[in-house]
Amino acid sequence: MQPEAFFRRRRLQSLLFLLIITALTYGGILMTQFDVTQGLMAIPRAFSWAIANFIPDERAWSRLPRILEKLQETVLMAVASSSIASVFGLGLALLGANTTRPHPWFSLPARALASVFRNIDVSVWALILLFSFGQSGFTGFFALFFVTLGFITRVMVETIDEVSTDSVEALRATGAGYTAIISQSVIPACLPQLISWVLYMIETNIRSATLVGILTGTGIGFLFDLYFKNFSYGSASLVVLLTVAVVLIIETVSNYVRRVIL
Amino acid sequence: MTILEVDSVIKRYGTETVALDNVSFSVQPGEFVAIIGPSGAGKSTLLRCINRLIDVTSGDIRFAGVSVPQLRGAALRRHRTQIGMIFQHYNLVNRLSVIENVLHGRLGYKNTLQGILGLYSEQEKRDAVRILETLGLTEQMYKRCDQLSGGQKQRVGIARALVQKPKMLLCDEPIASLDPSSAKVIMDTLQDINRTMGITVLVNLHQVDVALHYAERIIGVNKGRIIYDGAPHALSNAQIYQIYGSEAGELILDLKERYAA
Repeated sequence: MQPEAFFRRRRLQSLLFLLIITALTYGGILMTQFDVTQGLMAIPRAFSWAIANFIPDERAWSRLPRILEKLQETVLMAVASSSIASVFGLGLALLGANTTRPHPWFSLPARALASVFRNIDVSVWALILLFSFGQSGFTGFFALFFVTLGFITRVMVETIDEVSTDSVEALRATGAGYTAIISQSVIPACLPQLISWVLYMIETNIRSATLVGILTGTGIGFLFDLYFKNFSYGSASLVVLLTVAVVLIIETVSNYVRRVIL
Repeated sequence: MTILEVDSVIKRYGTETVALDNVSFSVQPGEFVAIIGPSGAGKSTLLRCINRLIDVTSGDIRFAGVSVPQLRGAALRRHRTQIGMIFQHYNLVNRLSVIENVLHGRLGYKNTLQGILGLYSEQEKRDAVRILETLGLTEQMYKRCDQLSGGQKQRVGIARALVQKPKMLLCDEPIASLDPSSAKVIMDTLQDINRTMGITVLVNLHQVDVALHYAERIIGVNKGRIIYDGAPHALSNAQIYQIYGSEAGELILDLKERYAA
């Protein structure tokens, strides 16, 4: 093919792509009867309304102790579910990883179980568990627990196979038993990665706990829902701001820990 | 009295691939044997069948009078404690210190609880320190293994094998990832261990010149079969061709001539 022909085709392709995108957008605007000018005009108004209503007012600050108490509850819930789930997740990962499975038959069921737990979203778990545990802290705890279990199992299966295959072979060659190999070579090799993932799950779970709280009527999510539905936008926004602050603090701490251990 | 007897061993992977095709040989105590051959010839498989990291398909292996393929559980672990293994990629736990990695060599002698907790006796620790001293690693003893050079890592691997108090060492391409001077240190160390401690050494090598220089006996393998088994000086050019195939053979003979000159 001549170079001119090649570049002409390239230009045509780009033009065609642009046309399709424009047509799709315009078609969408027509079908949904979206008024573009009005939509754009609404943006500044939305902002001014938000600023007027979402600045924490006097009443919001008087609720601060209650908010902090619920926030603490939510953070502790996230930490507890993440760390307990990680212990079980590590166990499941040891059964699932090619390097450490006691028998090839263990591998598929362990991975499948983790996959099921992981692929059902945390909000779906919360709704399912509502039937068993009702509106209690347990519902939220188990919803976060299951998702974390699935996630930690998956990443640890990969980590174990990645970092410890060689040293496991060496320890088997010395005549070491299964439990000794796990505790002397697999765990030391994987521990920094595990801690790093647990910290990540704690961050994620604090965010998720807010959503789960809305659904299950517990923790900080419940307070947000309550204030929001009572039109106490100032208080609701204080909840959001404090949650963001806590997540940022925890992120900073865990980034520091990660730098030290990795 | 032979220490190792490999008798008509066949190893198949799946139904098609034959890694070892009716391999038989025996090793006397204190021998230094080099196994040479191209990649994929079955050298690594052969070593791993001896300490049962891989199960043979058929045939028998006897080590110190004990038949290896039938061993299970505690008896298999006891068998493995008598054989030290050294790997191309050192296979250390990089995040642990040198001394901890060396003491891993004692785990074969531990019960479950001692193994989980990593409880080693005073005597074992003193042995580990002494072995590290003889290998020139005293200064590195408390360093993490990921801070060491390749040659130092391989000496840690050797220390881990020696602390087992083995009767035999299996070395799988011990110098394939090392620069020439570190490789020489490692090969000299293995030779020294063989001569002064009387430990039998079986070493897989890519480098024919190294094998010819150090080994008392050469076993040449191609496609899972033994092509040559005998003294280094009796290895003919035709046999090197047979082991490595024509093109590679020419290159190796070139090196051999230069090495001889």
